[in-house]
Amino acid sequence: MSMIFGVPLAVLWGQLLIGIINGAFYALLSLGLAVIFGLLKIINFAHGAMYMLGAMCTVLLFDYLGINYWVALFLAPVLVGLVGVVIEYFLLRRIAGQDHIYSLLLTFGVALMLQGVLTNFFGVSGLRYSMPDTFQGGMNLGFMFLPYYRAWVIVVALLVCFGTWFMIEKTKLGSYLRAGTEDAQLMQGFGINVPLLVSLTYGFGVMLAAFAGVLAAPIYSVTPVMGSHILIVVFAVVVIGGMGSIGGAIITGVLMGVVEGLTKTFYPPASSAVIFLVMVVVLLIRPTGLFGKEA
Amino acid sequence: MTMMKKLLTSAVASALMVGGAQAEISGDTVKIGYLADMSGTYRDLAGPNGLKAMEMAIADFGGKVKGAEIEVVSADDRNSPDVASSTVRRWVENEGVDMVGGLVASSVTIAATKILEENDKLGLVSGSAASSITNEHCTPNHIHYVYDTYALSIGTPTAIVQEGGKTWYILTADYAFGHAMEADVTRVVEANGGEIVGSIRHPFPTPDFSSFILQAQASGADVIALANAGADTTNAITTAAEFGVTQAGQTIAGLVVFLSDVHALGTEVAQGLQLTTGWYWDMNDETRAWADRFLEATGARPTMVHAGIYSSTMQYLKAVEATGSDDAQTVRKQMMETPINDMFAKNGRIREDGRMVHDMYLAQVKTPEESTGEWDLYDIVRTIPAEEAYRPLSESKCKLVNN
Repeated sequence: MSMIFGVPLAVLWGQLLIGIINGAFYALLSLGLAVIFGLLKIINFAHGAMYMLGAMCTVLLFDYLGINYWVALFLAPVLVGLVGVVIEYFLLRRIAGQDHIYSLLLTFGVALMLQGVLTNFFGVSGLRYSMPDTFQGGMNLGFMFLPYYRAWVIVVALLVCFGTWFMIEKTKLGSYLRAGTEDAQLMQGFGINVPLLVSLTYGFGVMLAAFAGVLAAPIYSVTPVMGSHILIVVFAVVVIGGMGSIGGAIITGVLMGVVEGLTKTFYPPASSAVIFLVMVVVLLIRPTGLFGKEA
Repeated sequence: MTMMKKLLTSAVASALMVGGAQAEISGDTVKIGYLADMSGTYRDLAGPNGLKAMEMAIADFGGKVKGAEIEVVSADDRNSPDVASSTVRRWVENEGVDMVGGLVASSVTIAATKILEENDKLGLVSGSAASSITNEHCTPNHIHYVYDTYALSIGTPTAIVQEGGKTWYILTADYAFGHAMEADVTRVVEANGGEIVGSIRHPFPTPDFSSFILQAQASGADVIALANAGADTTNAITTAAEFGVTQAGQTIAGLVVFLSDVHALGTEVAQGLQLTTGWYWDMNDETRAWADRFLEATGARPTMVHAGIYSSTMQYLKAVEATGSDDAQTVRKQMMETPINDMFAKNGRIREDGRMVHDMYLAQVKTPEESTGEWDLYDIVRTIPAEEAYRPLSESKCKLVNN
């Protein structure tokens, strides 16, 4: 078998694929953050909690109402998106225009409260969620066993990412959004309801996080603290990609998944630090991030 | 005036008595502190339900010992040795706490027992894993009750090697506990004629195990051992199931697995998993009766740690009653002299290094077809006698043991 740096090629292919799968999660989550920061200038530290709510919601919808995975895939993000709109309307709106640090602290507080309350009810061992029957099993690719579900995650996550990018960068609605954040007063003058637009944008960013949560439910343990682990990594991804760059967040997300996957093969103990190492290097060379616009 | 005189005399008298004889209950209250992770990774194996178990023991004892009130205070250690040190210091120095129970994360326990030793108070450790707690970190002021890494490594790996699992691949949580566990497992596997063909040290915590499982799969080892705990273990097991590890003929060996973990995984995913436990709720009428009461109080079945908290609290109160004292050394001596025979252990005994030795059990997780309910999870396959399960005193590095 051919080897690269002492690692069989087959294992390496497997790790690359795993990296892309994890990268798809990073891309979905960092995309939501980038949308919220890019358009609203809110540093959303509640993003991890929204991801967690998406996953919890999926499990609870099934346990209490018998709602299956396919319905939850739409319903859970909508429900969590509504939570986001409520947070935006009652809390974030009151600190609009203040320094970024206010939104950071406020959303962080919201995240801690959600996490604490849910821990009280559900504990931390994780809730059970069975893999939908359609995705039982997997295929043998020769170099690795690919569970069907992981393949589905790559496809659907990248589709949603691309759709979001297209909507914001290429459609009329997207141009309203971008214009509304550039000059709210002018847009109001044109008869566009900017506050509503802001609420919906925040809600949409949150929906993306919740959607990632639904995708995560069958494969990761669903606990009230699951969001806090992933949040910091996702922030690093956004910083590497360039704060607010929609396309940058997607590409960097996938890229960082691969970098992390390869580190897990060559030097596992560094795998939780490698993304931050990349972040430091990128910030030193390009302070605005890989895809950020020069200030 | 006479009132005042009386008060003064009795105050002086009691001060003299406390100074003179130890056979007294200080402050006419036995005050117990419950310190555990109440909100983090280790919440469900001890946590708030452990406090319930302790309160059950006190209520069953009658709420009073030798006429003195029994009072409980509790705190969340947040898995931080610093928080543990300052909490225990406040409890024993300012608030008159006589005994601290619970004690989960090994690092927390080691920090807390240092403070207890300085102040000559007693600690009853029920949740911690590290065997060093009664080895290099032993003190005359604590007792380690339920299980430890030495006992866990004796149980599962021996059984699996003897069943023919000769080659091992270990996934190790990259911190002190994981390293200790890995060393213990390696020793046992090799002693039984098995071989370690590879290992990975993964960061703690790791949310996604797919990459590591893939590497373990590629190694072709008979057994993939998990030298980690809590969410890391459940995540690794879930991912292994997804990637078809067991269907392909490899065995998963969980080394530190609690009932709460298996309950979270469910029998569908965890079936066939072998594990070592200090206690299981469905072993006999006595354990079932207690577990039923626990279920009523908490809504969950008890883990071995919950049962250990109940049992150790009970033993403590009995010793206080027998000696009429809450002095740490008097009580510890009494506890060491009294064999433990209750729903938790039969013929359990506390050694001079503070290790409570009792039979351990090798269990296997039932299949969904075998399991008759949400908590019907284990088959007890084998009893590991106390003498086999724990580190012999002849190998002890504890300062209290003459070697």
